[in-house]
Amino acid sequence: MTLNIVVCIKQVPDPKHFSEITMDPVKHTIRREGIPSVINPCDRHALEEGLRIREKFTGKLVVISMGPTQALEALQEALAIGADEAILLCDKAFAGSDTLVTSYVLGAAIGKIGAFDLVLCGNETVDGGTGHVGAQLAELLGIPHVQASNIKFIDERSLTVKMPIEHGYLDISLKLPAVISVTEQINRYRLPTVWAIVEVAGREIKIWDCEDLEVDTSKVGSDGSPTEVTGIFEHKFKRRVEFLRGSPEEMAKQAVVKLRQLGGDMK
Amino acid sequence: MTAAKSGEVWVWAEQRKGRLMTVSLELLGKGSELCKSIGSELAAVLITDKAEGLVKDLIAHGANRVYVIEDVRLGLYQSDAYTTVMGKLIEARKPEILLIGGTSIGRDFAPRIAARVHTGLVANCVDLHIEEINGKSQLVLVVPGFGGKMMVSMICKTRPQMATVKPGLLTAHQANPNAKGDIVKVEAEIKDDDLRARTIEILEERSAERPVEEADIVVAGGWGMRSAGGFKLIQDLANALGAAIGGTRPAVDEGWIPKECMIGHSGKTVSPKLFISLGASGAVHYTTGFTKSKVVFSIDKNPSAPIFDVSDIGIVGDVCEIISCLVKELTVVEN
Repeated sequence: MTLNIVVCIKQVPDPKHFSEITMDPVKHTIRREGIPSVINPCDRHALEEGLRIREKFTGKLVVISMGPTQALEALQEALAIGADEAILLCDKAFAGSDTLVTSYVLGAAIGKIGAFDLVLCGNETVDGGTGHVGAQLAELLGIPHVQASNIKFIDERSLTVKMPIEHGYLDISLKLPAVISVTEQINRYRLPTVWAIVEVAGREIKIWDCEDLEVDTSKVGSDGSPTEVTGIFEHKFKRRVEFLRGSPEEMAKQAVVKLRQLGGDMK
Repeated sequence: MTAAKSGEVWVWAEQRKGRLMTVSLELLGKGSELCKSIGSELAAVLITDKAEGLVKDLIAHGANRVYVIEDVRLGLYQSDAYTTVMGKLIEARKPEILLIGGTSIGRDFAPRIAARVHTGLVANCVDLHIEEINGKSQLVLVVPGFGGKMMVSMICKTRPQMATVKPGLLTAHQANPNAKGDIVKVEAEIKDDDLRARTIEILEERSAERPVEEADIVVAGGWGMRSAGGFKLIQDLANALGAAIGGTRPAVDEGWIPKECMIGHSGKTVSPKLFISLGASGAVHYTTGFTKSKVVFSIDKNPSAPIFDVSDIGIVGDVCEIISCLVKELTVVEN
């Protein structure tokens, strides 16, 4: 039984360093010089799930990523973790693409790859955090999409998953081909071994631009995107604090009085 | 009825097992404000297997019109079929704005619709308002970026302008049981292919406790509470106040509170009358989850902790000791 898998990953600034990120107020771009980049955590789970499925079936696992040439590092790591092939989607025209355009480019790449049964991606990135791409990619490919915290059953034609919702989950069964956006709960992912990193160092990573993908340059990037960033500002949410003073008992007493005044109908 | 100047403002009325999600009512409140700004009418879109009872509630909360798509196959959320129904309705009626509650299901549904009708979608807005841009009324959407460190304002160049908003951020208007509205029944034109992904069942384990985003008072703890024992104290304080409990990511990672109670950018957004923060230094990705609270009261041992920049009342000291005093004080007054 063969199942061909495409995993979409994104290179993101390391969330541990978010506090060091600043914004260019004129160009509306982020300044992230010196901030380390990592594979988006959720996407590691997608890759892991893809590898586990590939181990059960025969077939190929291709990893794709849209981004600057720096994202080659992420793809290199994905090869070291176990992907069979990696492709970078890279073109100057892609800069400023929103989620719908990103999905359009990923879809074009998947179309070019051709035979696939399953597309996996993380259900959310730590930087943008929209959670849009899985569903939008599926729609543009004309196939079903589901978010999954657990794949209960899979064969070459269909699968059954659990989609987490508030206070529970949905049981969903769907036909392949499909796009699955995985949540962090789905598995524990493996890291590449040192040996594997050395071994993949010379492996070729294809780079596809607009021409390779046959996408119209006017339909990508910020101009091609239906959403537009109109302003960026540092988050300022400030209140004027009044510190209470005295012994712990006195402060507690004052606090209760104050909260009753301010809080209105608290009991 | 006079024709509206602009296309309608729509809110997706999400139902689960025949009950409306609170966020849909919250969005109707915001939707009616947006309608006033652009001179438009507010409509709710209800996809369900049983509309009875729900329509009245939507009208009472401000909908001038309710589009009802009632079909036995549409009781549970079916991503393709729901998208087909919504997509066709958008093409037929051309709304100006479509708002969707940022529940787990809403956040699955919204991007699929946006891709179907090729329009812009902005996720997890914390502020929505109308501005005149180049002579056009534009919905301006503000979203947090990079864990809440940055705020980004965005617009959609296409129509409808779509946005999701997390539950608990907005306030539903008081229901008006005498409000009048139209009911427009719409046939669900779905094919078998629309059910190639099929939701078989919904399983919910609703705890008896009120969800944190619906509570009037929220008591939240952070790393400074040091142990699950510290959270026992928070529980005592919450009991004394009739409050819901929340916490920071470290508190969740340590297993002191369940993930559903996490406050912040990647967790819940709350806007209670009173928010009490205990032993949390105030990282932006946490504080962004309670910016709209009426009153913020914080206790932390570090006087220069950033939490005090976003608080109305502050106490510097041993958190556990002060909580004990507060609990005593609250119980004494009650007795």
